[in-house]
Amino acid sequence: MAANENNKNTAIDVKGMIAKNKQGKSLSSITEKLIPVVLFLFAIITVFTTVGIVITLLTETIEFFKRVPIWDFFTGTVLKPMSQNPEFGVLPLLNGTIISSTIAMLVAGPIGLMAAIYLSEYASDRVRKVLKPMLEILAGIPTIVYGFFAFTFVTPLIRSIWPDVAATNILSPGIVMGIMIIPMIASLSEDAMSSVPNAMREGALGLGATKLETTFKVVIPAALSGIIASFVLGISRAIGETMIVTIASGSSKNFTFDITQSMQTMTAYIVEVSGGEAAAGTTIYYSLYAVAMTLFVFTLLMNLLARYVSRRFREEY
Amino acid sequence: MKYLNADQVTKRMDGRIAKNNILKMLFLLATIFGLIVLAILIYRVVVDSIGWIDWNFLTGRQSTDAERAGIMGALLGTLWMMLVVAPVTLILGIGTAIYLELYAKKGRLQAIIQTNISNLAGVPSIVYGILGLTIFVRAMEMGNIILAGGLTLSLLILPIVIVAAQEAIRAVPGFLSEASYGMGATKWQTIKNVILPAALPGMLTGAILALSRAIGETAPLTVIGIPALIIPFPEGIFDKFTALPMQIYYWTIDSSLVAEYANLAAGTIIVLLVLLFVLNSAAIFIRNKFQQRF
Repeated sequence: MAANENNKNTAIDVKGMIAKNKQGKSLSSITEKLIPVVLFLFAIITVFTTVGIVITLLTETIEFFKRVPIWDFFTGTVLKPMSQNPEFGVLPLLNGTIISSTIAMLVAGPIGLMAAIYLSEYASDRVRKVLKPMLEILAGIPTIVYGFFAFTFVTPLIRSIWPDVAATNILSPGIVMGIMIIPMIASLSEDAMSSVPNAMREGALGLGATKLETTFKVVIPAALSGIIASFVLGISRAIGETMIVTIASGSSKNFTFDITQSMQTMTAYIVEVSGGEAAAGTTIYYSLYAVAMTLFVFTLLMNLLARYVSRRFREEY
Repeated sequence: MKYLNADQVTKRMDGRIAKNNILKMLFLLATIFGLIVLAILIYRVVVDSIGWIDWNFLTGRQSTDAERAGIMGALLGTLWMMLVVAPVTLILGIGTAIYLELYAKKGRLQAIIQTNISNLAGVPSIVYGILGLTIFVRAMEMGNIILAGGLTLSLLILPIVIVAAQEAIRAVPGFLSEASYGMGATKWQTIKNVILPAALPGMLTGAILALSRAIGETAPLTVIGIPALIIPFPEGIFDKFTALPMQIYYWTIDSSLVAEYANLAAGTIIVLLVLLFVLNSAAIFIRNKFQQRF
């Protein structure tokens, strides 16, 4: 038959072509084998980055703990790295970090969540398409610009209302950090809320609930894992934030709970110490790594917690 | 017999509806709040910089004298650094994404690399600064040159570039590569001629957005130890340098000593924001112009 013959002919042709092709193939088959190896080496660089971070932090931190007992570091309330009898207690820094992050979350948590509710439950598609990218601009502004804003605008503003506040204080950078984190929480929470199926909303609305009741009794409980994860990521972001607190909160190492005063965070300490003076090999130099290690562990735990929460408690529909 | 009392129902509903409407306003206000702050921020920066951005400011050398100070050195430093960051992150980022999406067997190793990348994305930028200080500046004895800063920032944004490139590859539909295999193309030929061209706009968009993140990064540079004052312009990647965000940082903290420094910082912020705006517009342009929908 015609079709059969056709098939035969092509089969012969293909065989010939394959044979012909194979003659000039050695180069391209080398490329075929080499490319995955090269790409694998690229991919492994990210693993080396992590290993590099952990090893540098760990070795220098161990060196630091040989000079300063680990117990003194984690329970010391006095940090005087530059004095004649230096003391290296990390608690003032931890305190500064926790207080600034708390202030930031008090701003970003409620406002971010409310914005998420509006965008996901109330806004029309058109409004959302305008508002969301505009909010994301806020997330794209470099942190140094927020630092400038906190120092030259927010602090003077606060001081004009509340004169007790010092020129460098933890309150102003905390608030500005919160503003910086709003888009992150809004966007992640909105994602979580808009992935709740409409059928559940319609069920509640059909029973006569208002939109507000639907939001708080149906949507938020269903999206809770994603919302909590977004909060945890926000905290992690606040802990690791550097420039805003460095600029606007000064470098006082006092162990205090007075938010009108200057406090130093872990990140700001790293900037201060690494910014030149500390020569390699001094205890101050090693303290840099111990503080960075603490910071690294804190943020890593937060990020793992966020992932655990969003996986473990996700409601599947 | 009446089961429903209309008056009662409206009476009960009214309160709940009013509550709904009031809170709706509150939610809208919360959404707008961020935008209001953004407007104030930009307004402040513009007002502070008015009269300070002139030709001398843009092209002048660094100076402690506020009237004479210029940011050309910082601008060149930032641009040189991007000339390091862009190729390094593009090659490593796209390479890693191709490996993970198209070559790696789904298994332990691939899972480790993938988890590791998402963990790296959450590491604070200042920790990368310490890595850069220890490895590039000290161990490799580069000193605080452009190359060291650029490599540090490359590691910082690499996870973002990889994830964006992976998503771009995943968005290429399977029938394209199947057609290519069906025509007898090898795997690399398929990747090179079919998958990469289709995924490139998405990859570039992600890479440019990551680059704009790198341009604004300050914390890693402070750790590496960029000096406050460098008079000569950088002429290559092995020169010492300063960068726009560092310039903003030094002028901001010194503005309590010399008030005019705040104006200089504001002027530099404008330049930085314009740079970011151009980059982001380019990213959006590429996405809209070249992104194919399948």
